[in-house]
Amino acid sequence: MANGTIAGQHPEEVSFYEYDGKRKGIMGWLLTLDHKRIGILYLIAMLGFFAVAVSMGVLMRLEMLTTGETIMKPQTYNSIFTLHGVIMIFLFIIPGIPAVFGNFLLPIQIGAKDVIFPRLNLLSWYLYIIGGLLAIISLFTGGGIMDTGWTFYVPYSIRTTTNVSLSVFAAFVLGFSSILTGLNFITTIHRMRCPGMTFFRMPLFVWGLYSTAWIQVLATPIVGITLVLVILERFFGIGVFDPNKGGDPLLYQHLFWIYSHPAVYIMILPAMGVVSDIIATFTKKDIFGYVPIALSSLAIAFVGYLVWGHHMFTSGISDTSRVIFSFLTFLVAIPTGVKVFNWVASLYKGSIDMRAPMLYVMAFIIVFSIGGLTGLVLGTLDTDIHLTDTYFVVAHFHYVMFGGMGLLFFASLHYWYPKMFGRMYNEKMAKFSCWVFVIGFNVLYFPMFIMGYLGMPRRYYDYLPEFAPYHIVATVGSWIMVLGMIFMFANLIRGLYNGPRATENPWDGTTLEWKVPSPPPLENFDKIPTVHYGPYHRDWEDDRNEVVKEKH
Amino acid sequence: MRPNIAESVDATFWLVFGISVFLLLVVVVAMFYFIYKFNKKRHPVAEQISGHTGLEITWTVIPLILVIIMFFSGYYGFENMRNVPAGADSITVTGQMWKWSYTYPNGKKSDTLYVPLGKDIHMLIQSIDVNHSFYIPSMRVKEDAVPGRTNYLWFNADKLGSYEIACAEYCGLDHWNMYSRLVIIPQEKYYEWLYAKPDSTVSTTTTTTTTPTDSVKTSAGVTDTTKSKTDSVKTNKNDSAIKKDSVK
Ligand SMILES: [Cu+2]
Ligand SMILES: [Cu+2]
Repeated sequence: MANGTIAGQHPEEVSFYEYDGKRKGIMGWLLTLDHKRIGILYLIAMLGFFAVAVSMGVLMRLEMLTTGETIMKPQTYNSIFTLHGVIMIFLFIIPGIPAVFGNFLLPIQIGAKDVIFPRLNLLSWYLYIIGGLLAIISLFTGGGIMDTGWTFYVPYSIRTTTNVSLSVFAAFVLGFSSILTGLNFITTIHRMRCPGMTFFRMPLFVWGLYSTAWIQVLATPIVGITLVLVILERFFGIGVFDPNKGGDPLLYQHLFWIYSHPAVYIMILPAMGVVSDIIATFTKKDIFGYVPIALSSLAIAFVGYLVWGHHMFTSGISDTSRVIFSFLTFLVAIPTGVKVFNWVASLYKGSIDMRAPMLYVMAFIIVFSIGGLTGLVLGTLDTDIHLTDTYFVVAHFHYVMFGGMGLLFFASLHYWYPKMFGRMYNEKMAKFSCWVFVIGFNVLYFPMFIMGYLGMPRRYYDYLPEFAPYHIVATVGSWIMVLGMIFMFANLIRGLYNGPRATENPWDGTTLEWKVPSPPPLENFDKIPTVHYGPYHRDWEDDRNEVVKEKH
Repeated sequence: MRPNIAESVDATFWLVFGISVFLLLVVVVAMFYFIYKFNKKRHPVAEQISGHTGLEITWTVIPLILVIIMFFSGYYGFENMRNVPAGADSITVTGQMWKWSYTYPNGKKSDTLYVPLGKDIHMLIQSIDVNHSFYIPSMRVKEDAVPGRTNYLWFNADKLGSYEIACAEYCGLDHWNMYSRLVIIPQEKYYEWLYAKPDSTVSTTTTTTTTPTDSVKTSAGVTDTTKSKTDSVKTNKNDSAIKKDSVK
């Protein structure tokens, strides 16, 4: 908090936490139009949902510790894995990085005072909260907790007596939150960049958000309408998905995955942007291959639209389409590989400072590579037939999603923590918890690859005795992993109260957020900056100081 | 003789696995080496390197070639999987919540899939209620049972024995317990069984779709009835689903 704690009248003299606009206290938050406050609001809500979903995961693993009933009945288990999936996907992984870190940092990184539509931004948060509340209400009303799995496949989702309609409607509302955020970000990036901030001078995090925002705007409406169709089918039996009425259950799967495959990239692209920013900061050098990394985001977003059929290789779609979808799926591997190779190459001849955020990113590269590479056997036509819908898939997407987006959410939290909260956490503890987390993570999910190859189907309440050793190891892994997260969050929360004050630029970062106070004032910059170089440029220290001085 | 499906799937698996391990090692070894070599203590001043076109082309083209190799190896296995050999025996399997039933060409029905040794078996896969997925892990084959359509797969019954059949598409309460067995028996025994009297009384008419839809309706609103059923199912499971079949 560079400006101390003067109860100032001028918003630029105090941080956005201290500046009270028209409204004070809690209303100053609930009706705020400040992108940073909205980012913090998202963070608080999201961590709540995340904690719930993690607890459900732990309960599932506990049930799988022994064969037969361990702690719950099958109906409960089915509801719990459904909730775990729905909450993780729709309330944490999809909105996670854009809503929290995108909101907080996007305007600052492009040198703007806020997003272009601050009111729409607040509306998005409310839609997120309403969606979350509807999901919670659905637990206690209707015919019981939904038990369809997060994919809501028809005809089961139409037949089950559990409360599908309300939960699905919750996902529909959340979709609008996502669409509006995407719209806001695209427009902000096009219209609000500061002088000199050309597209190829934007930090790679912004590129990740930009590619993601396009998917959010273009793909989310499809899942919205699909979910509405499920509700109509449940209430009125309109027959779109019912073969007895001329409908087709596979139509649902197509529509669902046309959104939900690209959604995988909504989850991972902004996270990949974080990797580039963090590596550039802690190697003290320019990122290797800025343009290829930026363009590969767009390539992934584009090709990602065309591969949804790989979720349906055994569903009965035509053989020709399976062949085409397999080939296109392999093509996505290329831009993904380009990113990973460029990140590793960025380490070359750097001056690597292995601070906590960097450690998280290095862990990410290994775990995500395993996740990405195991996707290859799933994209391959004949091996996928054997592996699909087994634990192999469960392991694969947890490596990609949790090891990918999850680890990078933690990395972002550690990287931007001083900027967001103006304090520092304990570095040693942060690194220690990263190790515990990553070890637990691998003990938990790696055995699932083996089980899947051996033929253990997913979403099973119970298992054959030969799978017992793997399940036991995985459950023990879940305990280690959760312990890592407890250490991590305890350390972060403790830092809020006891951590030393953070300076403006504790990491020696080069992007614009490191040129404003920690935490930033209401409108970020007292004078809109002018940019002369790419985001990670360092060879011009004196020159840059000139630029900064000019502002004052 | 067609290539064995399970063997070719495994061959593709290990090929792709090998390529994946190779790529993983390249990434991880380079990463650790750089982290060690260019640590700020050993290398206090970073050199600003912003890219290299040749390298970008290299790591676009080499993975592209690898990807095409992997695609084709999967494609050849897949072609074999999808083209049912002439002369295969057709058996219809019907999925319902939560059991598999098999209908043989002569109309005979059973809950265990008996097939003759050495024959190619063509499974016609149907469902009368929700999606299921007919999965024989040891044969490396799987195909969804989707209401309103008939999907198929084939495999060669190449070894005597009894193998798991599982449901791989989530279908509700007892999805986990929808195990059945594939039992491969010598041809004489098979035909003896197929034309044996007791079971064949069921029907000689076409039977695949005659299962009453009413029972399906009730099974859709199952939550309550099946909750009480759960315990018995649990105990059942070890006896019925997992037990070795005695037909050998
Ligand atoms: Cu996908
Ligand atoms: Cu099932």
